[in-house]
Amino acid sequence: MVLSLLAGVTSNYFKGVSSGLTLKWVFKVWELYADSIFLSMGLAFACLIVTLIIGIPAAYGLARHPGWLSRLLEEFISLPLAIPGLAIALALLQLYGSLKGFRASWTFILVGHVLYTLPFMVRSILAVLSSMDLKTLEEGAASLGASSWQRFRDIVVPNAMPGILAGALTVVTLSIGEFNITWMLHTPYLKTLPVGLADSYASMRLEIASAYTLVFFILIVPLLVAMQWASARAQRITQ
Amino acid sequence: MTNRSFVLLCLIPLLIFSIVFLALPLVRLFLASGESEIGWSIYLEILRKPRYLNTLVLTVLVSLATTVAALAVSTIAGMFLSRNQFKGRGILLSIMTLPLAFPGVVIGFLIILLGGRQGLINQITPGHVVFAYSVIGLFLGYLYFSIPRVLLTVMAAAEKLDTSLEEAARTMGASSYRVVVDVILPGLMPSLIAAGAIAFATAMGAFGTAFTLATNIDVIPMVIYTEFTLSANIAMAAALSIVLGIVTWALLLIARSISGTTVAAGG
Repeated sequence: MVLSLLAGVTSNYFKGVSSGLTLKWVFKVWELYADSIFLSMGLAFACLIVTLIIGIPAAYGLARHPGWLSRLLEEFISLPLAIPGLAIALALLQLYGSLKGFRASWTFILVGHVLYTLPFMVRSILAVLSSMDLKTLEEGAASLGASSWQRFRDIVVPNAMPGILAGALTVVTLSIGEFNITWMLHTPYLKTLPVGLADSYASMRLEIASAYTLVFFILIVPLLVAMQWASARAQRITQ
Repeated sequence: MTNRSFVLLCLIPLLIFSIVFLALPLVRLFLASGESEIGWSIYLEILRKPRYLNTLVLTVLVSLATTVAALAVSTIAGMFLSRNQFKGRGILLSIMTLPLAFPGVVIGFLIILLGGRQGLINQITPGHVVFAYSVIGLFLGYLYFSIPRVLLTVMAAAEKLDTSLEEAARTMGASSYRVVVDVILPGLMPSLIAAGAIAFATAMGAFGTAFTLATNIDVIPMVIYTEFTLSANIAMAAALSIVLGIVTWALLLIARSISGTTVAAGG
């Protein structure tokens, strides 16, 4: 109850600020920060592609090969969820910070985002795959002469779709909102949306900061709602 | 290609990625913590120097306060939401869980709007009430992103509670208070412990919120950040990161072994 009150107060106040001040500030934000908004979208998209390429086969491998080794691997890739992003970013900087070309490019931030979002993708798909009798399905297909690759493409991927969808929406949402890792990895020429937000809180007037936050909310809230919907759907299937 | 080797082949991209970008950097971070003149005794230094020790104590205290408050608020709200069906329940629930994916900086900014120098409370109350940059502001920010995490865990457990136990207690004449204390709370206990561990771990590691609010307060993530960027004391930043990482990881491991769920860190 206190939370809804708190949320109500903050968002009302927030709306009060922007509605009283016309769209001027929003345009100003666009002028100042359009780059970081596009960078964030690009990063989120690249992050999605990478997590799909690594995540789908990995979830399949983990589902077909259960055991303590797989448990250990799953636990290990989930470390970035438990360890604060600051520590992960420091670790990356320690090892790769001296590789100038890599350090200064957007792929460095991408690595951080993939580290953080990959466990969500893998777990989301794994949950769906573990709930069905994959082995029997595959044996059926194999007896009809389907190769490993055909079975993966025609049986595993379509069946895992709800998990993939939920995972994909989670990855995009989290990538757009990621701050802790990105703040340490970003360079002055590569500011993502949340980094730009922190920047505007520190150096811009309150109206611009508010308008920018509003832009962020407009972008992130529909994604969050879609993510909740897809996750609930995937969960219904696993039960 | 046999099926077994195809399955193993599927795991290779994940293995390569996590070794190159996770295992090796973490090993490097650990080694870096021992590279100052004082070597590995840097970990003792954390406990010996008042600056680090005070930070540690303050971070633990704020996180504990957050945990207790989040548990209290979310248990009441969670029980209410899982027991009552009403119009708009779904919408209320999604609004309450939205902050899960907000970056900590945004939550910090909302607190500034609420309690900053130009904030709402400062404007509607006479006199100067500015709490955003104090421990109270930090506590409220932490509370804001802890509540959804605890709420989801508590609601999942509340839906599995056996209501016939409560009915039995009532027929035997137990008051509502006794039903809550003797039946509902023990039933929820495992998930409350798990949710508490999650809230505590997230508050310990929260960087974004601290970054916007804790300009004058030393909490561990802020100290790691300033050691690294301002003092270039990389060994100490690495050592503090390792300690913080082990603490939050262990807490979340406990949480998962008790309740089977974890809602990820962040903030």
